[in-house]
Amino acid sequence: MKRKHKRLTFVIVAMALLGIAVGLVLMAFEENIVFFNSPTDIVNKQPESGKRLRLGGLVEEGSVVREAGSTVTRFRVTDLVNAVDVNFDGILPDLFREGQGVITEGKYIDGVFQASEVLAKHDEQYMPPEVADALRNSGEWRGDLGPPAK
Amino acid sequence: MADLHRFANPTRFLKLAGLIQPWALAVFLISATVGLYMAFFTAPADYQQGESARIMYVHVPASWMSMFCYTVMAVASAVSLIWKHPLADVSARATAPIGAAFTFLALATGSLWGKPMWGTWWVWDARLTSVLVLLFLHIGYMALQGAFDDRVRAAKASAILALVGFVNVPIIKFSVDWWNTLHQPASVVKMSGSSIHPSMLWPLLIMAIAFKAYYVWVLLVRMRQELVANKVRILRLKQVHGG
Repeated sequence: MKRKHKRLTFVIVAMALLGIAVGLVLMAFEENIVFFNSPTDIVNKQPESGKRLRLGGLVEEGSVVREAGSTVTRFRVTDLVNAVDVNFDGILPDLFREGQGVITEGKYIDGVFQASEVLAKHDEQYMPPEVADALRNSGEWRGDLGPPAK
Repeated sequence: MADLHRFANPTRFLKLAGLIQPWALAVFLISATVGLYMAFFTAPADYQQGESARIMYVHVPASWMSMFCYTVMAVASAVSLIWKHPLADVSARATAPIGAAFTFLALATGSLWGKPMWGTWWVWDARLTSVLVLLFLHIGYMALQGAFDDRVRAAKASAILALVGFVNVPIIKFSVDWWNTLHQPASVVKMSGSSIHPSMLWPLLIMAIAFKAYYVWVLLVRMRQELVANKVRILRLKQVHGG
């Protein structure tokens, strides 16, 4: 074998081994890389109270209650299988509304998620408002498209 | 290979680069003008995110370029290591700061977009973290290239770094599919086709062409500058030793 063929083989083998090694490491750390838990995760695992974690899902339709005279908001986060009650005292992001994907960070205490931060998640769909309206009127609207802007 | 080696000759490369360079600049200026005009005036606001979504016309092409530049660096590094091609190391070194700039632009515009939409400037999710690692890889590559007095050793060490760091590129691309992240999944490059309305997709693609042409232009400027500087150095050495 010529020297450059040796080097070529070496680089290919080294890259393949490196790829496998990194893949195994990422699989081993899967739990830590995942950014949030679903309501079903929370209901099944019943995390110890006081442990900080993130809960992600959709804001349940009709569940948002804003307490008068304060910045406290109560709502439920659902993955359409299970739902978790959330309390939050603070300013919500612009995209927050019923049906919207959110990620909340806080502690799960006595069956209620006490959030200290609420982040809004948006999907990969982009279209003009008129197209969104047309889709909704024709009944072509898919459930995963999220609610329209106010 | 004999045909390819014709362009491998630095003198021939200089000539060819001189021909391409003004065209790359022209394509960049035209497509950036058209793309930005469309981004601001003809593209509609998004149904969900409103006017804020317009930042994607810079954010998305910059993010594509950050991964593209790193891929070019990794391929050029492999060519430099295996075939010891003189232009390979020059092109990888010329690409690094451009890639770093695009990565920084992607992170900065993403942060500006994240505050109004998500409600935060930054989170440590898999996508954002892996792109930050990409910025560090670009900067680390530049630092390693500069850390050796011997050009040959610098080329070898930094080529190995570029190849090892390449595992991060597929991780960035698929991070949004493999793990749940705050960042949205892919809108354009995916199996099920684009989920961006054509009126918004076109300016996005034109901006991507603009960024790519900008890269070609700056790459050629940097490579020519380096090759000419090498020539000057060799002439000076000849003067000293021959004089």
